[in-house]
Amino acid sequence: MEITLIYWLVPTLVMFCCGVYGFITRKNMIAILISLELMLNAVDINFALFNRYLHPEMMEGMFFTLFAIAIAAAETAVAIAIILNIFRSVKNVDVQGIDQMKF
Amino acid sequence: MDYSQFLAMKQEIGLLVVFLLVFLYDTFMPQRSGKALPVFTTVLMLAATVAGFFPCLLGTGSMSAFAGMYETSPIVCAIKGVLNIGVVIVLIQSYVWADSAPMQQRRGEYLELTLLTLFGMYLMISARHFLLFVIGLETASLPLATMVALDKDHYESREAAVKYILTAIFSSAVFMMGLSYVYGLSGSLYFNDIAVNIASQMSPLLIIAMVFVMAGIGFKLSLVPFHLWTADVYQGAPTSVTSYLSVISKGSAAFAFLVILAQAFGTIYADTWEWMLYALIVLTITIGNLFAMRQRNMKRFLAFSSVSQAGYIMLGVIAFNVTGMASLVYYILVYIFSNLAAFGVIQAIENATGKLSMDDYKGLYKTNPRLSFAMMLAMFSLAGIPPFAGFFSKFFIFTGAIAQRSVAIYVLVLIALINTIISLYYYLLVVKAMFISPDECVIPTFKSACSERLGLWITVAGIILLGIVSCVYNWLSGIAVM
Repeated sequence: MEITLIYWLVPTLVMFCCGVYGFITRKNMIAILISLELMLNAVDINFALFNRYLHPEMMEGMFFTLFAIAIAAAETAVAIAIILNIFRSVKNVDVQGIDQMKF
Repeated sequence: MDYSQFLAMKQEIGLLVVFLLVFLYDTFMPQRSGKALPVFTTVLMLAATVAGFFPCLLGTGSMSAFAGMYETSPIVCAIKGVLNIGVVIVLIQSYVWADSAPMQQRRGEYLELTLLTLFGMYLMISARHFLLFVIGLETASLPLATMVALDKDHYESREAAVKYILTAIFSSAVFMMGLSYVYGLSGSLYFNDIAVNIASQMSPLLIIAMVFVMAGIGFKLSLVPFHLWTADVYQGAPTSVTSYLSVISKGSAAFAFLVILAQAFGTIYADTWEWMLYALIVLTITIGNLFAMRQRNMKRFLAFSSVSQAGYIMLGVIAFNVTGMASLVYYILVYIFSNLAAFGVIQAIENATGKLSMDDYKGLYKTNPRLSFAMMLAMFSLAGIPPFAGFFSKFFIFTGAIAQRSVAIYVLVLIALINTIISLYYYLLVVKAMFISPDECVIPTFKSACSERLGLWITVAGIILLGIVSCVYNWLSGIAVM
C-alpha cells in the first residue's frame, strides 16, 4: 500500500482538532499550553508534508516549519513566565481562579 | 548577496538604531540618569518619525528587497509614519507612569519592548511573503503580552496577561493552519504567486483556509466574534499599554489585513472573503456598540468602543479600491488622535486620583474644565460629529465603500450609519456625566503634569485640525495604490 498525502493530512487535522478541544475544555493552564503546542505542531507537520508531496521543487514549507518551531518555543517561554507570575498571586494554575474581570 | 537592498528598509533600520541607543543608554548609564530615559526615547523617536516621512514625501516609488519578500511604497511609508506619530504621543503620555515608584526598575523594559513591537508591526505592514509576515506578527504580539504584565503589583495586570498570551497563541495557531492549506493549494507563500495560483481553483479547502486566516487576524483586530479577550486585557493592562494596544497595534493589524486580502486573496474577492468580511463587519459594529453601553469602567468602555471602531476600519477593506485604502490610513490617523486624547484624560485622572469609573467623572466640568473639554472633543470625534476629524474619517470610509456600487454594500453602509447614531448615545453618556450630572463627591481640582498637558494639547490640536486641513487626505489619496 502506498502512503499518499491523505494518510498524513487526516492525522494532522485530528491533532489540530484535539488541540482546539483541549484548549476549550482544560482547566489547568499548563494543560492548555500543551494543547496549544499540539495545534502548532500540527501546523508544522502540515507545512512539511505539503512541501514534500505537492511542491518538492522549492523548500519554502520546510523553512516555514523551522521558523514556526522557533516561534512556538518563544511563545511557550513567554506563556510559562506569565503563568508563573500568576501562580505567585493565586497559588494555583487553575483557569477558574482567574475570573475577576468579566463581561 | 546584494547588500544595497537593505536601503529599502530605511525606516526599519532607523527604528533599530533608536532601539539600540535606548538599550545602550538603559544598560550603561548610571541609575540616577534613568529618569531622563523616557525623554531621550521620545526625542529619538521624534527624529525617526520626521526622517521616516522623507522617503514618501520625495516620492521615491516602491522598492522591494529579499527577492520580493519585503516591499515598501509611499503609502506603506505613510502608515508607518502615522504609527510613529502615535507612538510618540503614547510615550509622552506615559512619562508620569514611567516615573512612578514601582516602574522605576522596569522603565527601560517598557520603552524597549514598545520599540520592538513597533518593529514587528513594520515587518507585518511591509511583508509580501507569509513567512516574513508571521515573524512580524509574533514579534509584535509576544512582547505586548509582557508589556501587559508590566504592572506586577496589580493582580488585574497578571490576569490580563494570561488571557492575552493564551488567545494570542491560539489565534496564531489557527492562522498558520489556514496558511498551511493555502500553501498546499498554491505551492508558494509569496502574496503575488498565491493570488495567481488560487484564482482558477475554487475548492472547499480554499474556503476553509480563508476562514482560518480571517479568524486568526480577526483575533488580533478583535473583530466580533473573536473579541472576547479585548475588554479584559484593556482593563487589566497599565493604561499606557492599553492606549498603545488600542491604537498602534490595531492600526497596524488593520493595514496588514488590507494588504493580505487585497494582494494574496484579491483574485477570489467576490467568491469568498467579501461575504465573510461582510458578516464580521455587521457583527463587530453592532455587538461592540451594544456592549459598550453597559460598561461603567472607562477602560472597558473604550475597549468596546474600539471593537466597534475596528468594524468601521474594516469598511475600508471591504471597499477593495484605492479610496478605501486611503480612507483606511486616514481613519487610523484620526482614530489615533481621538482615542489617545480620551486615554490621556483617563491617565491624568488615574494618576492624580486612581479613579477609573464613569460615575467618578460626574461633575468633572466644575473642578477640571480643561480636562473635561478635551474628553468631550475626543468623544465627539469618536462618535463622528462635524466639524471634528472623526466626522471626516467616517465620511471618507463610507465614500470608499459606496464606490463598490452594489446593493449589499449600500445596506452595509446603512447599518454602519444606524450604528453611528447608537454609538452617539454611549459617547454622550460620558459627556453627560461630566457636564450635567450633579454629584457630591466630585474629583477635586488638580494640576496635571506638564507631559500630560503636552500630550493632550497635541491630540486636541489633531482632532480639530485634521478634518479641516484637507491636504492630509489629499496627500494620502494621491499616494495610495492597490
